[in-house]
Amino acid sequence: MAEPVYEMPAFRDETLKVLAPGHTYKTVTDDISGVVLRRPYDRRWFVIMAIAFSLVSVLHLAIAYLLLRGVGVWGINVPVMWGFAIVNFVWWIGIGHAGTLISAILLLLKQDWRTSINRFAEAMTLFAVACAGMFPLLHLGRPWVFYWLMPYPNTMDLWPQWRSPLIWDVFAVSTYGTVSLIFWYVGLIPDLATLRDKAKNSIARTIYGAMAMGWTGASRHWHRYKMAYLLLGGLATPLVVSVHSVVSFDFTIAVLPGWHSTIFPPYFVAGAIFSGFAMVISIAIPLREWYGLKGFITMRHMDNMAKITLATGMLVGYGYMMEAFMGWYSGNPNEMFTQLYNRPFGPYAHTYWMMLGCNVLAPQFLWFRYFRQNMFWLFIISILVNVGMWLERYVIIITSLHRDFLPSSWSMYHGTIWDYMTYYGTIGFFLFLFFLFVRVLPAISITEMRELVHETQHHGGGHHVGAHGTAAPTSEGGA
Amino acid sequence: MPQIFHPSANTLSRLSILVALVAAAGSVTIFYLIMRSPYQTQVKVIPTQPIPFPHEHHVRGLGLDCRYCHTSVEESSFAGLPPTHTCMTCHSQIWTKAPMLEPVRQSLASKKPIHWQRVHNLPDFVYFNHSIHVQKGVGCASCHGPVQKMSLTWKDQPMNMEWCLTCHQKPEAHLREKRDVFNMEYSPSEEEQLSLGKDLVRRNNVPVDRMSNCSVCHR
Repeated sequence: MAEPVYEMPAFRDETLKVLAPGHTYKTVTDDISGVVLRRPYDRRWFVIMAIAFSLVSVLHLAIAYLLLRGVGVWGINVPVMWGFAIVNFVWWIGIGHAGTLISAILLLLKQDWRTSINRFAEAMTLFAVACAGMFPLLHLGRPWVFYWLMPYPNTMDLWPQWRSPLIWDVFAVSTYGTVSLIFWYVGLIPDLATLRDKAKNSIARTIYGAMAMGWTGASRHWHRYKMAYLLLGGLATPLVVSVHSVVSFDFTIAVLPGWHSTIFPPYFVAGAIFSGFAMVISIAIPLREWYGLKGFITMRHMDNMAKITLATGMLVGYGYMMEAFMGWYSGNPNEMFTQLYNRPFGPYAHTYWMMLGCNVLAPQFLWFRYFRQNMFWLFIISILVNVGMWLERYVIIITSLHRDFLPSSWSMYHGTIWDYMTYYGTIGFFLFLFFLFVRVLPAISITEMRELVHETQHHGGGHHVGAHGTAAPTSEGGA
Repeated sequence: MPQIFHPSANTLSRLSILVALVAAAGSVTIFYLIMRSPYQTQVKVIPTQPIPFPHEHHVRGLGLDCRYCHTSVEESSFAGLPPTHTCMTCHSQIWTKAPMLEPVRQSLASKKPIHWQRVHNLPDFVYFNHSIHVQKGVGCASCHGPVQKMSLTWKDQPMNMEWCLTCHQKPEAHLREKRDVFNMEYSPSEEEQLSLGKDLVRRNNVPVDRMSNCSVCHR
């Protein structure tokens, strides 16, 4: 059956379409489910998995040694009681934010370019939250009594300390993880049904079938699905802002120069989205390249994500500027010392200037379309942003702590080998989960891409994706 | 295409929601019960001792004072376990051939202390001091129960933090005159106890407002 090839309205730039021309329900279904169901042998995948799994083993080793010897194996000391663990925690939690922003806020804003990237961005969120959650738990020293953080009827007659932002963190992060998981899973259900219908292997069919929870593609199913998805989108939206605001309270509630600042919540949220989009770009570039998904994750997506990275990067730069300005404007000698002397010229000055280079200077190239659409440069910039955002948390935490109010307790902080092993281990764990995900679940929403085909063919442009309940039937791909 | 699942899968999947809820609520309940059960607290559990020492016989039967054996209870954090010599003040004269007391004689001969099993063992992160409790008027029986009735010794109270705090927050319900601290048969009426307790809190300078501070017990 010859599908009519839809001509997009004339964009200024022909590459900026949300879906490559010529796609039909069948090609969309086959191309995306093929990555999972046909599983062509791919050496690059095995190489990545081998590296990632080795790093997971390193993580196991680091955690085992930590449990054996205690948190003293890390570089933390007095006065720097928070080291890599909190740097990494904030870094990973921040990375997760792009997934929620893409899936929730862009859904409510009806941005058609979210559809090809939301699924793997949400997966990225979940895996990043899993990595983030490890650090505060390990930092407890006795992680096996982590449940003491929860209010439950205990024999100690104790209740969590509600005045501590660390308890707010527990609730913010666990809510975030739960809502993200449910949102991701609900979005997957029609796709799981497609995989169930297309799988040849009976075990795969049973697993996908059980996970699809009896989805038949009936209009009643679609109606409820759309409603649930929209409601979950509404639920997840405040989380984009609230989670990292609460994380920033870990710092602002303390009366430490460089932490006790009202700019922190918005500045942290901007930084989170900034690093999150950088991570989505870093993942999307190899993903579309290796799995033939360039028709789905088009230049339009890369270009838009680069623009958001630039915009949030500018906000982060404004944050740095305001921190320094307020340090001077406050007239407080401790603030002035931290913001105007210790950070730019103190013993960690190199970290500060590298942070500015990565987070403020590097994204400036994204003003130019050449850098936004050249995958090599975009990848380099996105990695630099990820590094820069890690350095930002390092600067905030270490420089404020190592020079506290009592010069007699001043000290230096350096991560030990176990700090680095734990950190790199979680990167391996993240990659491991992500590349496993790519091969067992559809990395792009098949359902929403079919909707996009429908929209572009029958409604003259993909501007209303998800706006009404029409969608292609589940088993269309086999037709 | 044949169906993957039998129609009964519909019922099973609905049932699984119920099962998950029951399992979640059930496991919390079970953990809650275990946490307070003798399995966890060791209350009324009699540990096997090298010698079946009867407090009942020595305290109620013979009228020995607690301090005859637990000598340091008034001035030390540790109440003190009697050395073999204390046993031998009597048992070098009476029951000298009793087979039950063989480990005591061996201990004296070999100069190796008797290996008693602890009945009350607080975790290392708790700082506990017997002397301050005795000085402020907490009776032995308040924490250790009716020792004079224990033919073999058991732990009478759970000794978890919640239990400690009931008294640290409301000590007037348990305080006694100094002379009654070692009185195992002491049993005032509730009204007597409360009026006396309030008076003792004042007279003994019991700092109730500070007694729930973390650092009182966790130093």
